[in-house]
Amino acid sequence: MQTFFQQVINGLSLGSIYALLALGYTMVYGIIKLINFAHGDIYMLGAFWGYYVINVWHFNFIAALLSAMVICGLSGVIIEYFAYRPLRHSPRITALITAIGVSFFLENGMAYLFGSNARDFPQIVKQVNYNIGGVRISNIQIQILATACILMLLLQLIIRYTKMGRAMRAVSVDNDAAQLVGINPNLTISFTFALGSALAGAAGVMIGLYYNSIDPLMGMTPGIKAFVAAVVGGIGSVPGASLGGFLIGLLETLVQSVGLSAYKDAVVYVVLIVILLILPTGIFGKNVKEKV
Amino acid sequence: MTTLLKVNNLVKKFGGLTAVSDVSMQINSDELIALIGPNGAGKTTLFNMLTGVISPSSGTITFDQEGKKISLNHKKAYQIAELGLARTFQNIRLFKDMTVLDNVLVAMTNQYKEGFLQAVLRFPKFYQTEDVIVKKARNLLAIFDLDKDMHKRACNLPYGLQRRLEIVRGLAMSPKILFLDEPAAGMNPEETAALAKLIRKIQKQFHITVVLIEHDMSLVMNLVERIYVLDQGTLLAEGTPKEIKQNKTVIKAYLGEEG
Repeated sequence: MQTFFQQVINGLSLGSIYALLALGYTMVYGIIKLINFAHGDIYMLGAFWGYYVINVWHFNFIAALLSAMVICGLSGVIIEYFAYRPLRHSPRITALITAIGVSFFLENGMAYLFGSNARDFPQIVKQVNYNIGGVRISNIQIQILATACILMLLLQLIIRYTKMGRAMRAVSVDNDAAQLVGINPNLTISFTFALGSALAGAAGVMIGLYYNSIDPLMGMTPGIKAFVAAVVGGIGSVPGASLGGFLIGLLETLVQSVGLSAYKDAVVYVVLIVILLILPTGIFGKNVKEKV
Repeated sequence: MTTLLKVNNLVKKFGGLTAVSDVSMQINSDELIALIGPNGAGKTTLFNMLTGVISPSSGTITFDQEGKKISLNHKKAYQIAELGLARTFQNIRLFKDMTVLDNVLVAMTNQYKEGFLQAVLRFPKFYQTEDVIVKKARNLLAIFDLDKDMHKRACNLPYGLQRRLEIVRGLAMSPKILFLDEPAAGMNPEETAALAKLIRKIQKQFHITVVLIEHDMSLVMNLVERIYVLDQGTLLAEGTPKEIKQNKTVIKAYLGEEG
C-alpha cells in the first residue's frame, strides 16, 4: 500500500508536467484545429532557457520559471506567425506537416547551436525529503505540483473572465461569427499560442529540476505523451487536458513500479489506441457529427 | 438624416455566376429598411459583402463615420464590425457552448478597458468595468426577455429565443447599422408580430438603422419605411411599402406574368 501511495505521489508530479503540456495542445487544437507537434520542443526551449539563466545569470527558481514562460510564449507567437499563419486557409494536413517540420527545425537547430549532448540541469532547489507515514515526498515534487496547479488555475481564470478568454472561446466555436462581433481572430490565435507555449516553458524548467538532465531531443517523447493526454481528456477540452495529463503520469509511474519499466512508453500508446477505439472523443470530448 | 452607408455599382461573381450585379443603394441613419426578393436573388450575398464576410468583385461600399468617409471594400470583417455594422445570420450562429450572458459579453470586447492583469488578479477596477458592462448586457437581455435565462448555455435555449439572442448580441456591439438576415424565419405568426414590435422598439430606443432581409410580407409591409427589391442579383425597385405593393415589375417577379 505504501509503495502504491509513493507511486501516486510520483505519478502526480510527473502528471502535472504532462498536464501543462497537454493544455497547450488542446488549446491550439481547439482554436485552429492544428495538432502542434512542435509543442514538445517549446518545452525543450524552456528547459534550455532555464539552464542558461540559472547557470549564467544565477536566477532563482521563480525568476527562471517566469522568464522561461515569457521567452517560450514569445517563441510560440513567432512560430505561429511565420509557420502556421500563412497556411491558415490551406488544408489541415499542410499545417500538420509544417508543425512536424518546425519540430525538426527546433530540435536540430538547438543540437547544431549548442551540441546534442545531455547536460545536468543546475539544482537550484536543494532537495529535502519529507516522510509522511512511510511515503517519501520531496520539496521539488511539492513545488512542481503547486506551481502546476497555480498555473492551471490562472489559465482557468483567464479563459473564463478576461475578454481575451471569451474571445478565445468564441473563435474556437465559430471563427467567422466571432469576427462579425468585432473579434480580431489573428490576435486571439497569437494569444492562444502565447498561453500554451508559456505553460510548456514552465513545464520545461520544472522537468529540468525534477529529472536533472536536459538535451535537445528531450521534447519528443513527453510531447507525444502530452498529446495522448490531450486526446484521452478529449482534445479541445481544457479540463480534459489537465485530467488526461495526470492520468498518463499516474499510469506511467504505476507501470514502472510493477517492474515493467521497459514498457512504460508502450503502455501509454496502448491507452491511446484503446481510447480511440472505445471513447474516440475522450473523457470530456464532445460528440460532434460532421455534416456532409 | 445623414447617409450612413453608400453602395455603388456593387458586383459579386462566383466563377461564371453573377450573384449580385450592379447594385447601388443608400442607407441613412435612423431608418428601418427591408431587402426583399425571391430565393436566390442575392440578398444574403449582398449582406455578406456589406459586413465583410466576402469581398465584392467590383463596386464600392463607403461608410460615413461622423463625416469621415471610410471605404469598406478591403476592410476585414472584424474591422467593419468595430466601425458599427452588426449582423445576424439566416442560420443561427451563436457561440453554442457559451452562456447566454457570455454570448453578449463577447460582442462587447472592444468596450472593455480593463487590462489583462487586472482581470486575472481581479483588481477592484476590474469589478467596476465588469459591473458596468454586465449591467449593460443584462439590460439588453431584459428588453428581449432573456435575462432569466442568462446563465443557460446558448444551445439549450428554444429556437425563437436563440434568434432573439442573436439580435441582442448584435445590439451589444453598439452598432450604427444592424443587419438582420431573416429574423422571423421559423417563427409562428404571434412570435413574428412580437418580434416586429421589438425591432421597431430597439430601432427607436437606440437610434440605429435596421436593415432586414425577410420573406414574410406582412411583417415587412407594416414595419419598414423603405424597401429594396432584389431579383436575380439586380435591383428591381426601391420605395415605400405602398409604392412597392403597386410596382408592376415587382408583382411580375413575385407572381409571374399575368395569366
